[in-house]
Amino acid sequence: MSAVSRRDWLLSDAPQTRRQARLGAMYQGWLTFRGNKLAMLGLIILVLLIGMAIFAPLLAPQSPYAQNLADRLQPPSAAHWLGTDALGRDILSRLIHGSRITLFIVGTVALIAPIIGLFIGTVAGFAGGWVDQVLMRITDIFLAFPKLILALAFVAALGPSIGNAVLALALTAWPPYARLARAETLTIRNADFIAAARLQGAGRLRLLIRHIWPLCVSSLIVRVALDMAGIILSAAGLGFLGLGAQPPLPEWGAMISDGRTYILDYWWVAAMPGIAIFTVSMAFNLLGDGLRDVLDPKGDKS
Amino acid sequence: MTEPLLSVRDLRVTFPTRQGEFQAVRGISFDLGRERLGVVGESGSGKSMTGRAILGLVRPPGRVEAARMELKGQPILNLPDRQMRKIRGGRISMVMQDPKFSLNPVMTVGQQIIEAYRLHANAPRDRARQKALEMLEAVQIRDPERVMNAYPHEVSGGMGQRIMIAMMLAPEPQILIADEPTSALDVSVRTEVLNIMDGLVRDRGMGLIFISHDLNLVAQFCDRVLIMYAGRVVETLPARDLHHARHPYTCGLLDSLPRLEAPVDRLPVLQRQDSWRDGDIVADRADTEFPGGL
Amino acid sequence: MLTVADLDVWFGQPPDRVDAVKGAGFTVAQGESFGLVGESGSGKSTILRAIAGLIPTWSGRIEVDAKPLSTDRRDRAFFKTVQMVFQDPYASLHPRHSVDAVLAETLRLQGMDRIDQRIEQLLDDVGLGRGFRFRYPHQLSGGQRQRVAIARALAAEPRMLLLDEPTSALDVSVQAEILNLLSDLRAEHGLTYLMVSHDLSVVGHMCDRLAVMQHGRIIEIMGVGDLRAGRGREPYTRQLMSASAGYSAQG
Repeated sequence: MSAVSRRDWLLSDAPQTRRQARLGAMYQGWLTFRGNKLAMLGLIILVLLIGMAIFAPLLAPQSPYAQNLADRLQPPSAAHWLGTDALGRDILSRLIHGSRITLFIVGTVALIAPIIGLFIGTVAGFAGGWVDQVLMRITDIFLAFPKLILALAFVAALGPSIGNAVLALALTAWPPYARLARAETLTIRNADFIAAARLQGAGRLRLLIRHIWPLCVSSLIVRVALDMAGIILSAAGLGFLGLGAQPPLPEWGAMISDGRTYILDYWWVAAMPGIAIFTVSMAFNLLGDGLRDVLDPKGDKS
Repeated sequence: MTEPLLSVRDLRVTFPTRQGEFQAVRGISFDLGRERLGVVGESGSGKSMTGRAILGLVRPPGRVEAARMELKGQPILNLPDRQMRKIRGGRISMVMQDPKFSLNPVMTVGQQIIEAYRLHANAPRDRARQKALEMLEAVQIRDPERVMNAYPHEVSGGMGQRIMIAMMLAPEPQILIADEPTSALDVSVRTEVLNIMDGLVRDRGMGLIFISHDLNLVAQFCDRVLIMYAGRVVETLPARDLHHARHPYTCGLLDSLPRLEAPVDRLPVLQRQDSWRDGDIVADRADTEFPGGL
Repeated sequence: MLTVADLDVWFGQPPDRVDAVKGAGFTVAQGESFGLVGESGSGKSTILRAIAGLIPTWSGRIEVDAKPLSTDRRDRAFFKTVQMVFQDPYASLHPRHSVDAVLAETLRLQGMDRIDQRIEQLLDDVGLGRGFRFRYPHQLSGGQRQRVAIARALAAEPRMLLLDEPTSALDVSVQAEILNLLSDLRAEHGLTYLMVSHDLSVVGHMCDRLAVMQHGRIIEIMGVGDLRAGRGREPYTRQLMSASAGYSAQG
């Protein structure tokens, strides 16, 4: 099949099979996404990040833990592209290995928080009445505390470690998703297509899972992508405060924390992980913008 | 015919899409005098887009082109935003289909009319208030003082539409473009709203462009009708002759309406033909001065 | 087939309670097409939704096949007997479900077998053809969407359809197609219609009898012959008739 006819096949307004319809819908989305140059940039950065995490041992010139006190606090050079830190470890290698930790944090939080939020929000919005009241008051309690403070409290209670930091972040990140999902549910709940499904005898569980979730998920995905930057920063913040990743793990926030003592004389020690955090946060933001173009149901009517 | 209020030649509205350019309006021409001009067509025929193009409300990347678009001899095509804002609302006004979406929900009705008027007339506040009351009375609102202090959600749909008209008419525009002004209204309210617009055309010499999908209504209410299909005018004729239309599209539309006085088992269904997209324009008799419109 | 008596429908709790329908009563015989007309806010759609079980706050009596319905629960037998077509075809189809998904889910919910064949049969019945099976709503025109909605209502093989202004969101030429389709389906499947409309000529075309509603009350029940001849007993009916006959300048 030539490239032109494959494109026509995908963009056909009259798909012949289920598979063609699905692929066509995805291709449409991809075209919209590709039209957004900045979002593509974000996607490319994130793909590179993932590649970096997968092939970290191959890419890193040195071990992230190899200390060389003779070479401590070296500026960027041919031997150490991004310089070395206070213990003489190669910062580039640490950044490359640190991408695994960043992805672990981001991935886990992105899985846990929106799912809790989706579940609580849609159940509250769909059930209404006292269920709604109870669930939303719980959400309010979580929202009432500043996120980082609450995460700090969790970590302090559970003990500092990267796993607990992730758990704490996930537990503090879900309330906004619950609110969003509830708001979406309230508008969808009274739509005619829900009434139509009820008239076919569809039960509440089916309505929730088959009809309401698919419509909430897209806005949640967008929101998650936009929030990722904040989550990375919170994780870095916990690391910086010594409550996240424990030394010698090359977590980017912890690396900044290590570098802050020398920030005036040896700026690169703190700046390099800072730039890494900044780049990845920005990439997620750009990606989120692009996803909004594709997934936002309000934009569908072109 | 004296100098027309509005003169449009070869108006085109184009939107870029992934599949190439899409022309929503494909070269329509007409003149508007002090009259009620009906623009009829189905959804997607470009009738609303025509109204928006005249008011400069087509958003980029949409493009508006015309050989001529003049308001009393003054070109108004693609004017800079500031000048267009003066004309829009001041000399040409527009009434939309649903008053709920056109009124600001957090301002009282009175404030909105006063604002609209002061924006164009530069009048002091108390005079503007006086004018607002006058306008509300003109659109037959019985208790204007009370309505002035009401918020849009506190008034009914019919009253909301009358308020919209009052607001649009306060600066005494020369042209009113009404896009389906009555389709969200009940039939009993509809008559009142139409009466008001009718009076304005007759008493103030305003020009009215009445965009609608309702052929019967246009036949009874308007002086002249343009029938649009796929972005073009396919037929133009005096409204009273609408039921003797000659273009197969117009006839097909009229036939497909169920009628109380002539019951049938099955309604005739319109068979669309490709030739209508680019075929000749059916215009009536000698009062056609221009090809492509009247 | 359907009996409604002393029907009150309300929204909200006592201090803010709004009575949308007050003491409505009418019967629809098997195979009949009955119209409810009135202006917006007259309660005509509310009656339909109460029958369908979409509004739980009502009192009175609604009987289908001489079996009284409970206030909010509707059983499987009801859904197999009565189905509904909604006003706005843009709002009544799930934006992310393809035609195939909509019909397949409906058929499965109704406990049907041979789903593939039935989907194709339904699409043929509503004049869409199989080429439309895998399209999403945004790939359909308003008329095509309404055909899908009708197919969905027919999936359960009901004997009665509740039609809530099924053509008011459509262009007149498309309206003619949908009205013809509804007439054909009624003849083929022996359906009973209860149709709500604000358009007297549509009701005149589709229905045998009709009830005129004003402010939540049924003020008059008449045959379609009286409607066509302009014979209304109540002044409001006559007013509605003359207003919908068109515009004539007053004064």
